[in-house]
Formats: sequence, structure tokens, C-alpha cells
Amino acid sequence: MIKRFIAVVLLAAFAAVFATLLFGYTPDTELNLTARYYAERTAADLGAANIVTAIVVTYRGLDTLGEVTVLFLAASIVGLVLAQDTHKTPRARVPVGELLTTGTRFLVPLILLLGVYVFVNGHLTPGGGFQGGAIIASGILLTLLADPLKHFGHGLISAIESVAGIFYVAIGLAGLLLAGGFLDNRILPLGNVGELFSAGAIPVIYSLIGLKVGAEFASILASLSDTEEL
Amino acid sequence: MSHLLPWLTGLLCFTMLVAAIVAIRDKSMPVAILAAGLVSLVASILFLILASPDVAMTEAAIGSGLTTFLLFFVLGRLRAGEHDGEQP
Repeated sequence: MIKRFIAVVLLAAFAAVFATLLFGYTPDTELNLTARYYAERTAADLGAANIVTAIVVTYRGLDTLGEVTVLFLAASIVGLVLAQDTHKTPRARVPVGELLTTGTRFLVPLILLLGVYVFVNGHLTPGGGFQGGAIIASGILLTLLADPLKHFGHGLISAIESVAGIFYVAIGLAGLLLAGGFLDNRILPLGNVGELFSAGAIPVIYSLIGLKVGAEFASILASLSDTEEL
Repeated sequence: MSHLLPWLTGLLCFTMLVAAIVAIRDKSMPVAILAAGLVSLVASILFLILASPDVAMTEAAIGSGLTTFLLFFVLGRLRAGEHDGEQP
């Protein structure tokens, strides 16, 4: 009874906080200083049509490297914790529906293609490496759903992951040597805004991030799938 | 279009609330998982209305795609475990 009362009081407090925020909110009539800088200078400086991508990959590229590192640590620790028990006792095969099997065979190539499209076009359309990587990982998870006994090679996944990570840092260092600073995208020609091969190194970096994020999620899922009961 | 937007937003928020209550209350696990995915899907539409397509894509890919698949995967593993228990 008291628990329920406390929950209701907490909910009411939350509602009060959000109501204050909502009713005190007045939209800005113009962009503030930082936003205006990004909105006006992105296309001219970096050649990227998507300002969010330009901020994530170049202006705040170091933060993105940190995020990818955090994800890598999470994947490594999941692999480390679950690697204890990988002896192969054949599990009882649970029958999977015909609908799931056929649907998976049809959908997985399309899902992988969409993921690649999203991260290759990160500098032109919404989305990018993280979204594309997550889409690729959900395609891999779908194949695991359809065939729970399927075994993914950890070697291949970690090879993709490591190579993408090394090239990401190498491109960052190349920016330090050849252009204005770490992860500067102007080591490659900027091209025309809106074309696929434009915005310097941004498409390359975002493709590498997409592969890395996809491989990290896939390695987490493969470890979860391989493990026996804990 | 713009005078319809508040109504559309209200409808989406209402859908989200109903889906969240279904996700908590429903006895059937697959229905609850689908309802939780629906909450994320509607949230991503709301992000789109708020003019942030990048956040909307992240929410759709991770919140409603990957998480729903993952929950179904775990559900399948749990059922496989029950299956093992029946045949010692």
C-alpha cells in the first residue's frame, strides 16, 4: 500500500516537472550562435549536406571515437563474461515456423542492403554509421532467430571490427598530418555538396563506423547466442 | 497540414500511452514485446514530427528494431529451456 502511494507521489512529481517544462517553453525565433555557425558554415567548410553528420563525424569527431570505444569495451566485456562456457553440447532443436524461415530468407538481404545504404549516404540523408550498424545487426539477429543453432565466426567479426577501428584512427591521424587537425575530413577533395563522393573523408569514416558498430553488435549477439545456460 | 499537426501529435501520444499500458499489463509475452516495440516506433514518428530525422532513425533502428528482435530471441531461448526441462 505504502509502496503504491510512493509510486503515485513520484509520478505526480514527474508530471509536475514536465508540465512546468512544457508550459514554460517558448520556441526560439532564430538559431542561436553555435547553431547558426554550423548551419551557415557546414556546406562551405566541409561539403556535407547533412549538418548532423558533419557535427558528429568532423566537428565533434573525437567524441564519436569515444562513443565507438565505449561500445567496443561493452562488446569485449560481454564476450569476456560469456566466453567462460562455450563447450558444444547440442541443444534440442526447437522447430521454427515456416513463415519465419521464408521471411528471413527474403528480408535479410534487403535489411543488410538498407543498412549499407544508410551508412554510405550518411553525409547526404538522415542516419549514418550508428543507425546503419544497428540495422545490419538486426539483420544478423533475424538470421539467428530463424536458425538458433547457426554459428557465426567470431574471427571474421572481430577482424572486420579491428580493421575498421584501425583505419578510423589512421584517417584521424592523416587529418592531423595533411589537413587542419585530428579527424579533419579535408584530406580528400570536398567535391560538390549533395553528391555521393563528396564531403571529403566523411563517407569513408562513416562507413568504417557503420562496419565497426555492426560488427560490435553482431559480436555481442553471437556471444549471447553461443552461450549455454548461465 | 499545420493545423492538423497538434491533433496528430495528440493521437500519437495517446497510442504510445495505450501501447505502454498493454506492454505492462498484457498476459501474453509476444503481445507485450510487440507493444513495447510499438512505443518506440511511435516515439520515432514523434521525433520525425519534431524535425529530427537522425534521432528518429536511431530510435527506429535500435528501439523498435533491434530491441524487439532481441526480446523475441531471448523469449525463444527461454522457451527452448522449458522444452529441455520437459525431456530430461
